[in-house]
Amino acid sequence: MLAYAIKRLVQMAIVLWAVSVIVFLMMSFTGDPVFMVIPIDSTDAEIEQARRILGLDRSMPEQYWLFLQNLVQGDFGRSYVFRQPAMDLILERLPATLEIVVVAMLIAAVVAIPLGVYAGANPGKPLSRLIMSGSLVGISLPGFWVGMMLIFLFAVEWRLLPSSGRGDTVEVLGIETSLLTWDGWTHVVLPSVTLSLGTLAIILRITRAGMMEVMRQDYIKFARAKGASRKDVLYGHGLRNALIPVVTIFGLQIGDLIAFATITETIFAWPGMGKLLVDSIYRADRPVIVVYLMLVALIFVVINLVVDLVYTAIDPRITVK
Amino acid sequence: MDHQTAPAPLLDVRDLRTWFHTFSGTVKAVDGVSFTLAPGEVMGLVGESGGGKSVVGFSLLGLIDPPGRIEGGEILLDGEDIARASEERLRRIRGREIAMIFQDPMTSLNPVQTVGAQMDEMLRLHTDLDEAARKARCIAMLESVGISRAAERLKAYPHQFSGGMRQRVVIAIALLAAPRLIVADEPTTALDVTIQSQILRLMRRRIAQTGAAMILVTHDLAVVSEMVDKIVVLYCGKVVETGPAREVIADPSHPYTRGLVDSIPNPRDRKPRLAQIPGAVPDIRNLPSGCSFRPRCPRAQAKCAEVAPALAPTRGTLSAACHFPIVEEIAMTGGERA
Repeated sequence: MLAYAIKRLVQMAIVLWAVSVIVFLMMSFTGDPVFMVIPIDSTDAEIEQARRILGLDRSMPEQYWLFLQNLVQGDFGRSYVFRQPAMDLILERLPATLEIVVVAMLIAAVVAIPLGVYAGANPGKPLSRLIMSGSLVGISLPGFWVGMMLIFLFAVEWRLLPSSGRGDTVEVLGIETSLLTWDGWTHVVLPSVTLSLGTLAIILRITRAGMMEVMRQDYIKFARAKGASRKDVLYGHGLRNALIPVVTIFGLQIGDLIAFATITETIFAWPGMGKLLVDSIYRADRPVIVVYLMLVALIFVVINLVVDLVYTAIDPRITVK
Repeated sequence: MDHQTAPAPLLDVRDLRTWFHTFSGTVKAVDGVSFTLAPGEVMGLVGESGGGKSVVGFSLLGLIDPPGRIEGGEILLDGEDIARASEERLRRIRGREIAMIFQDPMTSLNPVQTVGAQMDEMLRLHTDLDEAARKARCIAMLESVGISRAAERLKAYPHQFSGGMRQRVVIAIALLAAPRLIVADEPTTALDVTIQSQILRLMRRRIAQTGAAMILVTHDLAVVSEMVDKIVVLYCGKVVETGPAREVIADPSHPYTRGLVDSIPNPRDRKPRLAQIPGAVPDIRNLPSGCSFRPRCPRAQAKCAEVAPALAPTRGTLSAACHFPIVEEIAMTGGERA
């Protein structure tokens, strides 16, 4: 187990290092950042001086080495725009993004899994067909359109929910959250629903496919021959066997959602890090983009580790080595 | 055996018809099967693959899924027709009154649940025992089917057992709620030959101890010969011959049964080739006219293509569905019976 933990940590370090190389190279192709930090009427001498201060006059490998050293120490530099540490900017926005991502994942899981189990266990029934057609719609509709329609209906037409912003927040353990106030929740609902639709549809389809496969197995018939109820057969014996691919996709989707949150946050003016990223890209605010990319990479490798550990919890035949 | 003096049957299956409505036509997998089973009696349900044996077994438990359906007939368990019972009633019958042992122990246990949990489920469903009592019962049952260190093994998962051990677990689960009838669907087919006889002996001993009746579904006449009291031979969803095991095997009256018996390898018989039934089981959606066995039958005559034979007494205690049963008391294999 210890050997496994060490192995995984080394793997994670390698992945993150590779990402740092890619991020560094990408950034160096996006133009000269020096023009972002100097006044527009600077002289050539001032430009050269700024370049020297920023270290941009050195060779690429030297620059990367500096970049990596700072990265390891958690120093991602200051935002060119906000003049404060880029990491702080991102961390400030991270809770807002995680809020809608987590709520979206919960909505997706709670809705998709029972529907998928039903559709997988009763293929051919009219309700199953309806569920499957609905999931196709969910996959096909672009998130930005759904978001705008939800705003149009719930905020503009029916005036039930607010269309933008985060609402009242409460500070818990130093983190601002909307999930503890009623007003906060009314703001969370629409972006979360928008964000969840695609994932919901995919998880539903994966669950259904898994259940269809599992329901053909002898152990399902054996469980029925014992006199187990339909519910016990489906959820006690069936679902857990169908869950491996669901967990895989679920893990991948969390990463996807953090990325897609960018669009949703823009539509709902949700002050998360996705919106910060879009703003930073417009302003070529390199340090912020770098932090964002590295953070997303970190989230991905951690989720992968969690998914692998969840496998072993679901299926006793899978062990960590 | 005289029907007046026979004990009241535990199970009385009358004219059971289980059909499957597929896109390519109706498959009459079980088409007018009747038999009775006394308490504690062991019956062999025999036939080639595709003969409808397993479908009879699943019909008894009400486990026929669409497109399959019990189209008609009665399954009387103690006089109650369970072919028409509600799902709720069936759930109380499954496991408690009729338990089933499946063919392949590698797939009939849930891979993600411990053996203990899968055993416990049976007792939770069908008894009021508390947790400690259920555990004690599970341990005792595992030991009785020859699994040592039972208390530890309850925590193990199916993949940690060998095939033979898993089938012992399946048998233990089937016996847990003390059912009065056990349907064993080819319980040894998937096992190594060396394990087969062990498992069969275990089943015979344990089932005799509990006094349960059993239906042993198999394609292997050699397997049933040493275990069962009576035999029902199925061909294309119909009973073609029935009678006490000894008579059916020693001297069958239906040409199909004869063929099955002759294809059992016999070490004392030094023939270069094993006898076989010519041809193959016909497509059940497109059966030949008259007797289904006619195209493969050495005794077939013109009448066999016109009228399907009904089950009728042929000789001694045997009944067969054949226009020209083997009535002479001769065995085709000759002198070995002397």
